[in-house]
Amino acid sequence: MEQFFQQIINGFAIGGIYALVALGYTMVYGVLKLINFAHGDLFTIGAYLGLTLFVSFNLANALPVYAAIIVVALMVMGLVALIGGLLERIAYRPLRNANRLSAVVSAVGASIFFQNAILLLWGGNYYVYPESVRPTTIINIFGMGVPVIRFVLIGASVMLMLVLYWFIHRTKTGTAIRAAAIDQGAAKLMGINVNRIISLVFLIGPGLGGVAGLMVGLAYGQIDYNMGFSYGLKAFTAAILGGIGNIPGAMIGGLILGLVETLGAAYLTIAWKDAISFFVLILILIIRPTGILGERVADKL
Amino acid sequence: MDTPLLSLENVTKTFGGIKAVNNMSFDVADGSVIGIIGPNGAGKTTVFNLITGNYVPDGGDIRFQDKSIIKLKPHEIVEHGIARTFQSIRLFSNLPAIENVLSGLHCRMKSGLFSSLFRLKSQQMEEKLALDRAMQELEFVGLTSMWNARAGSLSYGNQRLLEIARALASDPKLIILDEPAGSMNQPETEVLIALIQAIQKRGITIMLIEHDMGLVMNVCEKLVAIEYGMKIAEGKPEDVRNNPRVIEAYLGRDD
Amino acid sequence: MIFKNTKNTYFYLFGIFALFMAFLPCMLNTYWTAVFVSVGLGILLSLSLNVILGQAGIFHMGHAAFYAVGAYLTAILNTRFGIPVFYLIPVAGIASALFAGLVARPIIHLRGDYLLMVTIGIVEIVRIALVNDLGGLTGGANGIFGISRPELFGIKIKKDIQFYYLIWTFVFATLILFYWLHNSRFGRALSCIKEDDIAAEGCGINVTHYKTAAFMLGAFWAGMAGTLFAAKMTIISPGSFTFWDSVLLFAAVILGGGSQAGVILGAFLVFGLPEIFRGFADARMLIFGIALMVMMIIRPQGIIPPAPRSYILPEIWLKKLNNRIVSEKTQD
Repeated sequence: MEQFFQQIINGFAIGGIYALVALGYTMVYGVLKLINFAHGDLFTIGAYLGLTLFVSFNLANALPVYAAIIVVALMVMGLVALIGGLLERIAYRPLRNANRLSAVVSAVGASIFFQNAILLLWGGNYYVYPESVRPTTIINIFGMGVPVIRFVLIGASVMLMLVLYWFIHRTKTGTAIRAAAIDQGAAKLMGINVNRIISLVFLIGPGLGGVAGLMVGLAYGQIDYNMGFSYGLKAFTAAILGGIGNIPGAMIGGLILGLVETLGAAYLTIAWKDAISFFVLILILIIRPTGILGERVADKL
Repeated sequence: MDTPLLSLENVTKTFGGIKAVNNMSFDVADGSVIGIIGPNGAGKTTVFNLITGNYVPDGGDIRFQDKSIIKLKPHEIVEHGIARTFQSIRLFSNLPAIENVLSGLHCRMKSGLFSSLFRLKSQQMEEKLALDRAMQELEFVGLTSMWNARAGSLSYGNQRLLEIARALASDPKLIILDEPAGSMNQPETEVLIALIQAIQKRGITIMLIEHDMGLVMNVCEKLVAIEYGMKIAEGKPEDVRNNPRVIEAYLGRDD
Repeated sequence: MIFKNTKNTYFYLFGIFALFMAFLPCMLNTYWTAVFVSVGLGILLSLSLNVILGQAGIFHMGHAAFYAVGAYLTAILNTRFGIPVFYLIPVAGIASALFAGLVARPIIHLRGDYLLMVTIGIVEIVRIALVNDLGGLTGGANGIFGISRPELFGIKIKKDIQFYYLIWTFVFATLILFYWLHNSRFGRALSCIKEDDIAAEGCGINVTHYKTAAFMLGAFWAGMAGTLFAAKMTIISPGSFTFWDSVLLFAAVILGGGSQAGVILGAFLVFGLPEIFRGFADARMLIFGIALMVMMIIRPQGIIPPAPRSYILPEIWLKKLNNRIVSEKTQD
């Protein structure tokens, strides 16, 4: 029973990461109907940038640990958002009116580019976040030792999601994003600058993805240049699970997937851990292709 | 009287709580031309999509040649002899005109994967016959000189004609035309009227949705008027046009 | 004469290319012969994917899974039961096709992007299954070694030059068969489905049937290519059948544009060019990524998109068409 609760907490922690990355996929898909293949790599860049910022500015010694983390998180968020914005301008905007496969291949090209850029800049070895920046406190709850970072992780992702939810549903710009996702043409006619909305989405999504990368580094210590692939695919699965294009859906999808994967690995099979999310993906698409929160739309004839 | 070619029996279709088609019943006599009229959003196209198998009715039955067809898929319904055109032209716009017609012939051809992969004699023979037949259909609608032109490059009027040729190529007993005169000018509409009469002469039954009342009164032998998914009148064109409920339905519209 | 049948140049181009490839090895050293063997395999796989992705327009990014089924089946049957590799070519093809048919059944109706993600999921599941030593047969992460060389008319095929001719013969046979297939009722049905599947269904084409058939045919060919690959390498491991291998095939087809010449060119660029840029070592994949983006931006339809099919119109129709023009002119 104790182990079970441990796994639940682990599941929520990893699920929060999936959810943050899934938000980037789902927002971009919402407005552009494009799977941003490079999103997973932006997440990796976040993890590496975080590491470099910690190490090169020696922030962990200059500031209290949590203050350092917040500073780095903000910097990572800004930098990755910038890269995401550039990516949209360079690789996707020229293909806005071309057929969708071309944009997919361009996205694949971007992904290959980012992955190899990371490989060239940082090398192919695993990197480990320095112990000094990783909060290692373990707290005791009902006799179980749980690393406090898991709670920080859950808290941070929930907070970011709440802020985003508020932004999307309670502000004028958020309403414009939702409008552009439903019907770009109509949004344009209502005076919404769709290009600006798309740029904005490509700042928010990658920003959140970058922070998620940093959080993985802080929580699990180890990062490598290839991590974006599996995290990216799983996050995308989470986005579909919740209903692609649907922001609360991505949050719920991420948390569910994290739980299913962690519990599956703990109680069923560890060797097939990475395959679990793919089985979930295939199952959900066969049973309910619109996801948990997605609406069923009849094909227009 | 003979059994009708097609009959709708209490057909109902609901979309998210809204009854798009409500308890609809009417018959289509073999060899006739029948028009479906009604204001925009009345459910005319939904009726067509139910007949062609694109939608499955929630209740009621649709019988074609005395067999229920509601469980059949769209392509099976084409094989049974019901061909259609679309309200928003749906040609294969990047393919040449002739291939659009050949695609209509698809269900009357037999060559499969194996005979195509190895280009067997039977396959070559069939291709030749199909090509000839496709040219005949193009000739029937008057588009032979554009046989090799990309379908998307034709004028709207010609695209509508090409869509009819594609439908005719599948050897239908019933052809369903969804706003065939849409975006046509007056001379083009006159050509279309002659074409509809020629199709009828081939022994093919025609069902059409059309807003051009001139065309409807000219070619149809029977009209069915619908509003809010329900049949409000049925009968001879003159009678339906003068039916008070039909007039009301139309005047209620923002014209 | 305004209307006349255009000459079909396919077989001339085909002949010139075949002749060129037949004499090419005279100019190549062993290293480059080996490169052209793997390029040939890449072309074979890209052509098989082209049936699914290029012709039927199904967003399939998991082709390596079918390739893997063929290669592993060959390896298992050959090393365990000593069945000669040549007999295993059709067996591997059939096994891959059946696997594809099984996989396709529940997913074939999915919309483009969803299908793309599912096929990625499938290729990952297959790879993980292979790594986990499925049924104790696949040898785990190390794979299977000791696959025997194919033997044809008593000649053991083991040198690169022998594989060169074996694989390129396969490539040319495939080119002809797929050309015929493309120019048939089957090929037309795929084109229609790619253009507009609702309209295709609406004019009597069984969309599910043809999509599944395209999927299975592509898998059949990928399975056969898997056998050739296993025989060439004699060792296979899960590392050869990853998501990235699927992505490269996908990129080759889209980059090429979907015509046969385009696919050949695309496969050459994807599988051959990195060899030429070996001097750049680490940067070559970086350059490849940029090249993919640039290519798609300047030419989103691919390098050589397919030309429309050419039909030979019977003389009677040509005469009719030309007579009409003459009569219209005299009326003026």
